[in-house]
Amino acid sequence: MSAVIAHDKSAGFSFAQYLTCMNGIVWREGLRFVHQRERFISALVRPLVWLFIFAAGFRQVLGISIIPPYETYIPYEVYITPGLMAMIQLFNGMQSSLSMVYDREMGNMRTLLVSPLPRWYLLFCKLLAGTAVSILQVYAFLLIAWFWDIEPPPIGYLAVLPALTLSGLMLGSLGMLISSGIKQLENFAGVMNFVIFPMFFASSALYPLWRVQEGSPMLYYVCLFNPFTHAVELIRFALYGKMNWVSLAVVGGCTAAFMIGAMFAYDPSRGLSRRGPAGGET
Amino acid sequence: MRKPDISIAGGKAIGPDDPAHSDVAALAIENVSHSYGPRKALDSVSFTVAAGSFTALLGLNGAGKSTLFSIVSRLFGMQAGRIRIFGHDIQREPGEALRGMGVVFQPRTLDLDLSVTQNLLYHAALHGINRREARTRSDEALSRMGLADRIGSKVRDLSGGQMRRLEIARALMHRPRLLLLDEATVGLDVKARAEILGHVRGLVLEQGVGVLWATHLFDEIKPSDDLIILHQGRIIAEGKVDFIVAKASARDLNSVFVQLTETRPGSEATVP
Repeated sequence: MSAVIAHDKSAGFSFAQYLTCMNGIVWREGLRFVHQRERFISALVRPLVWLFIFAAGFRQVLGISIIPPYETYIPYEVYITPGLMAMIQLFNGMQSSLSMVYDREMGNMRTLLVSPLPRWYLLFCKLLAGTAVSILQVYAFLLIAWFWDIEPPPIGYLAVLPALTLSGLMLGSLGMLISSGIKQLENFAGVMNFVIFPMFFASSALYPLWRVQEGSPMLYYVCLFNPFTHAVELIRFALYGKMNWVSLAVVGGCTAAFMIGAMFAYDPSRGLSRRGPAGGET
Repeated sequence: MRKPDISIAGGKAIGPDDPAHSDVAALAIENVSHSYGPRKALDSVSFTVAAGSFTALLGLNGAGKSTLFSIVSRLFGMQAGRIRIFGHDIQREPGEALRGMGVVFQPRTLDLDLSVTQNLLYHAALHGINRREARTRSDEALSRMGLADRIGSKVRDLSGGQMRRLEIARALMHRPRLLLLDEATVGLDVKARAEILGHVRGLVLEQGVGVLWATHLFDEIKPSDDLIILHQGRIIAEGKVDFIVAKASARDLNSVFVQLTETRPGSEATVP
């Protein structure tokens, strides 16, 4: 653990100052995202490819029975939409972590860490900023999907916001926790393959769990214990104005656990000390 | 505490037995040690930087300057020793300590995708300064550093010298009373170096900012400056430059440095 967190105590900052700091971090993350148009486009293209191509191809192969929260038979595109929303957040959470490794290597992270506000708060704001960006992406995706006849009830667009916030924080925290153990940028690509794809495919994003259970009972339990499954289900239910309490509990608990773990594990000297604190100077 | 070989008369060196002095110092470093595995980067380093003074920290690459900066700015955890900034212990009161300090790191830490002003506003927000106040301070800081005409420019369009001046402007946004600069002129041409040094010395004279200026360039140090020479993680000389030169019976600072470092292969100390 970085010892600094243990000894951090309030430096007498007002609530407004904390809020200013949070606004600043979210604003900066938003600006960076806007300036990186390729990132925005690729973030949208990925789920849209799944929606337009994969779902169209599989709609005749995979039949979906009536399962909550749906009250009627639904096309496959409708079923995978919440999974694709969660996928956007999964990729974004990992990409935010990637940018933290990059920032740490390039030195930008130092700007954040020499702020006098408590370090746990700075990291929390960084997570929140990443989540805000992912939510923007999700809504952009939903807008395009609407033209593809993915039309959840209007209240769902609002009801899903808290669910997206919670799942975004959970996935961002997980990314931060993973990035805490990474010393250099090059290592992260491998970790992405070991985290993103297993989490996504071993979940209810592409197929309902009862189908998985029919095919492989063991995989069913893997999916059941995968927090990403619960993020997908939380989003799915919220998008239709309903609540999945089990998923809420799992996602909430995992968010807290990952966040606490990430804040304890985050050590800014990692990646700096590898080659000396300033690229060769010690 | 390990004493430096040369010390200014009146004693700038401090220790746990001298709390009154260190309480008023802009920066008080006491017995700080740091190791990378088995390799000791800093060995019982102690010194102070007085408020409103310009103190040069001279050392070759690998002397431990950047490690020291990383510890003072809390990027590295403290392994041994104690550091206070205007009396605030960086471990017990990190917020208060960091509030009074601005840092310019050796590697560039600006966000190249943002504009000049956006970089400053971001830094201000990290210190809890509201947007209106931040804009006022941003204009002031940019004017002071001669960047008023580059307000809307993208940082990636600035020259190396302008980026450095912007980093100094940024470090001043929260009006710190102590400014740490780690090899701030590395990679710049002679003119840009002189400009930056001039700006920083101006801050000391006009605004009473205490400055710790880490460098390995002798020509950036004036005879009247306070000087700390760090070599292989240890302080080997400390005091006013002209005093150190006189005490060593040397021609100039360059000669003193060569004399001190060449006769000191490891922990062996040779006092001139």
